[in-house]
Amino acid sequence: MTTKLFGEPVRRREDARLITGKGRYLDDIGHRALAAAFVRSPHAHARIVDIDVEPALDVEGLVAIYTYEDLTGPLAEPLPVLIPHPQLTAPRTGYPLANGEVNHVGEPIVMVVATDRYLAEDAAERIVVTYEELPVVVGVDAARAAEHTVHEEIPDNVAARHHQETGDVEPALASAPHTLSFTQYIERSACTPMEGKGVHARWDADDSSLRVYTSTQASTSVRAAIAAKLELSLDAVEVIAPDVGGGFGVKIVHPWPEELLVPMAAIALGQEVKWAEDRREHFISSAHERQQRQEVTVGYDDDGRITALDVHIWHDNGAYTPYGIIVPIITATQLVGPYAIPVYRVVVESVYTNTVIVTPYRGAGRPQGCYAMERTMDRIADALGLDRALVRERNLIQPDQFPYDHRLTFQDGRPVIYDSGDYPGLLDKLRTLVGWEQAETLRADAEARGRLLGVGMALYVEGTGPGPYEGGHVQVLGSGKVLVSTGLTSQGQGHETAFAQIVASELGVPIEDVEVTTGDTRRFGYAVGTFASRAAVMSGNAIALAARGVREKALRIAADVLEADPGDLEIEEGVVQVKGTPGASIPLRTVAVLSNPLRYAFDEAAKQATQFAGPGDDSKPPVAEGDAPGLEHRDYYSPIRSTFASGAHAAIVEIDPTTWEIDVVKYAVVHDCGNVVNPMIVEGQVHGGVAQGIGGALYERMAYDDSGQLQNASFMDFLMPYASEIPDVVIDHQQTPSPLNPLGLKGAGEAGVIPGTAAIASAIEDATGRRIASMPISPTELYDLMRSPDSEQTAAAARRARTGVSA
Amino acid sequence: MTSVDTERTITVTVNGVPRETTVPVRRLLSDALRHDLGLTGTHVGCEHGVCGACTVLVDGAPMRSCLVLAVQVDGASVETVEGLARVDHQGGQVLHPVQEAFRECHALQCGFCTPGFLMTIKAGLENRDASADLTEEEVDEMVGGNLCRCTGYANIKKAVHHAAAAMKDAQ
Repeated sequence: MTTKLFGEPVRRREDARLITGKGRYLDDIGHRALAAAFVRSPHAHARIVDIDVEPALDVEGLVAIYTYEDLTGPLAEPLPVLIPHPQLTAPRTGYPLANGEVNHVGEPIVMVVATDRYLAEDAAERIVVTYEELPVVVGVDAARAAEHTVHEEIPDNVAARHHQETGDVEPALASAPHTLSFTQYIERSACTPMEGKGVHARWDADDSSLRVYTSTQASTSVRAAIAAKLELSLDAVEVIAPDVGGGFGVKIVHPWPEELLVPMAAIALGQEVKWAEDRREHFISSAHERQQRQEVTVGYDDDGRITALDVHIWHDNGAYTPYGIIVPIITATQLVGPYAIPVYRVVVESVYTNTVIVTPYRGAGRPQGCYAMERTMDRIADALGLDRALVRERNLIQPDQFPYDHRLTFQDGRPVIYDSGDYPGLLDKLRTLVGWEQAETLRADAEARGRLLGVGMALYVEGTGPGPYEGGHVQVLGSGKVLVSTGLTSQGQGHETAFAQIVASELGVPIEDVEVTTGDTRRFGYAVGTFASRAAVMSGNAIALAARGVREKALRIAADVLEADPGDLEIEEGVVQVKGTPGASIPLRTVAVLSNPLRYAFDEAAKQATQFAGPGDDSKPPVAEGDAPGLEHRDYYSPIRSTFASGAHAAIVEIDPTTWEIDVVKYAVVHDCGNVVNPMIVEGQVHGGVAQGIGGALYERMAYDDSGQLQNASFMDFLMPYASEIPDVVIDHQQTPSPLNPLGLKGAGEAGVIPGTAAIASAIEDATGRRIASMPISPTELYDLMRSPDSEQTAAAARRARTGVSA
Repeated sequence: MTSVDTERTITVTVNGVPRETTVPVRRLLSDALRHDLGLTGTHVGCEHGVCGACTVLVDGAPMRSCLVLAVQVDGASVETVEGLARVDHQGGQVLHPVQEAFRECHALQCGFCTPGFLMTIKAGLENRDASADLTEEEVDEMVGGNLCRCTGYANIKKAVHHAAAAMKDAQ
């Protein structure tokens, strides 16, 4: 049956164009457009003394040069703080073009517009900016020490002090049978989608309307931002996300300066203007994430059960806080993972540094939280001489404890109440999948080959599908085509396929007839965006509800025509029929024609429909009260709170004790995202997430030097994994449907990346017997650690040495 | 000093069709293909020759079109992703086995790196003895110079095997 496609590994509908070169990404649009290029700050912290554009003026093809002085009205004000929070006491944002001061390398200062990109760059490099350099703050420790400030009027460099507690942690720690404390670090990485950002704007002077294409994760919000900042009526602005070459979070930030400046120039010049970010620009002026210093104190009993947890985190938020404290809140609240923690206190101090802004990157604070919690579990196990899996098992929330209230407040302002899950089930499956019990045998085998082997695991719970809402619109045309739209955007997640599967299943139509549009404000004006693993949960359910509305109307109209009860009708393969009565049927496309009382016989569909059209009741209006012409329905899904997906990962690493090269030789994933729309797509998401997790654990970092220069701002130096770095990933599934939404979905987009750093750190520690407290770790760093007299040996390694078991 | 470059008129056979275009001498092949010839299927991911997204075949050999000047391919034959599928006698599109394999194996997500992978793998598979079994090492070598941020590579490697099997069967 082709119409019941929910849950099937349907091949992707977007692929036909993407494998033939017919995708349409930002820079594929607007060949006649003028090109914009930017002069960006080469200094991490400086006052701008002078901008001399004179030398650029004779560059042929130069059209315009803009500095802060050219910005007017709301555009001359600081960029918005998108998500204010009472604990964000000292928010700061930059200006679209720097206003007298720059706070990170890469901050835009001048926009040049020319007839082509080469000429725009020629002009940009001739512009001379004179700076007075200021002291630079790089890294959480320097920010915390506050010898220098990023923003003069914020002497402690603290933007926010986020604090939550579920009880009185100090007495709980004092009465704990055991306590331990430790400090650890995690470094920056970044989304680095293969396509950078980009904006194309076209102003229609005849009707005073603006069309903007932007490589964004939130086209409706970019539209609102442009309208507000350029003082245009919302209805005069259309924003479209075309094919987007990956996002992973960086494109949810909005408005990026360029999303305002490019339209501004298009309006001012009356010509199309385009900017396509280059790779270095992306590294130095788009967002990063992940750097934290974490101080953990935990109280626990003889069995390894946690009695109290106290966590103090310093979070590097970069130079500005346009995205508020979403990442710190997520770290704070997702840290507890699948565990029942009787008393928990967390403080996250979000601090300014003279580096690129920090906003969500796939996982968005969760990898850090998972790293803190899971490494705590490892330390408890080590101190007690217990199996690491056993300590985790003893602390897990049990299946009969759902809904489980952590008494915390999530990023969406709603309580952290887990909807459903089976965490012991995850752990059992993981132990089997990775061969946890065979680790000692594997270790001995590896040792015989002259290699150190270790195994590590990490569990997580991920709040997915936060509100406030998404919408869906479904319309059946007289041709039989079913148009579906939703406002959120796509960056490769296969929404055109997954949403079409939902509609085909709900409505009973062939998937070939369904066409899905996302991220186009012309089609759907209200949306939040694609982030936080929310697209399937939010738009998937909204679209399902819209399809159900269409179905209901179709059955009502068809019931009239077929003189049947709507309850006796079914829709199969796009045909409405009386159940069990062959021949008593009407095609859905005909129902669509009948749904509109005005139908000129433009086409065969309309002609055919006339045979079904009844004489009508003269005493009633052609469109009944409360009804509307057309076979379409719009609906919204707005959840009371997030769903909570979960998973468990394990890594086996082998280390060469000569080169200290670290190979992940096996990576196991058990994944639970509730009901699954398309398992092929979900597995693809897991694969991609795991690769980013491994990258973040072993290869990727943002190598800022003390002067705030990013030393590895290219793919040559930023070690994004190639195929050679990614091992085979084995995946097992568990499904605990969410009771919160009609389709029982939980999000899947970010899951794969979350536990990578924690699991791999654990495995390296297990292999080497040395405490791993800073991630990512390179072979050089591991070599230094192994040679350092200060490196801490694990208790497990000491026990192995005593018992003669290989370490 | 003027910023206008000396221009050259070049003739390049692109996807089997001779094309003549006048370009500044500093114009990258990637930009010439995309913006002068309108073949936007070739994508630019890094502009420093590392990511492989812009890979095209020049006289059959995979090359990073962001590291080649357009004037350097004067007289050469260039294949891009737009030329990968062929047209059958009825005018229908027949996908190359590598394209088929990518769709079948879910070897792409956002699709931005995909054209570079497709061209690289096409050259890799066509420049080997199709009757020999494809080893895992060969696959790693074949795709090991292209970056993908979405897929984690597993399905790309699967697609290489899938395409190789299809090409072997077609022999």
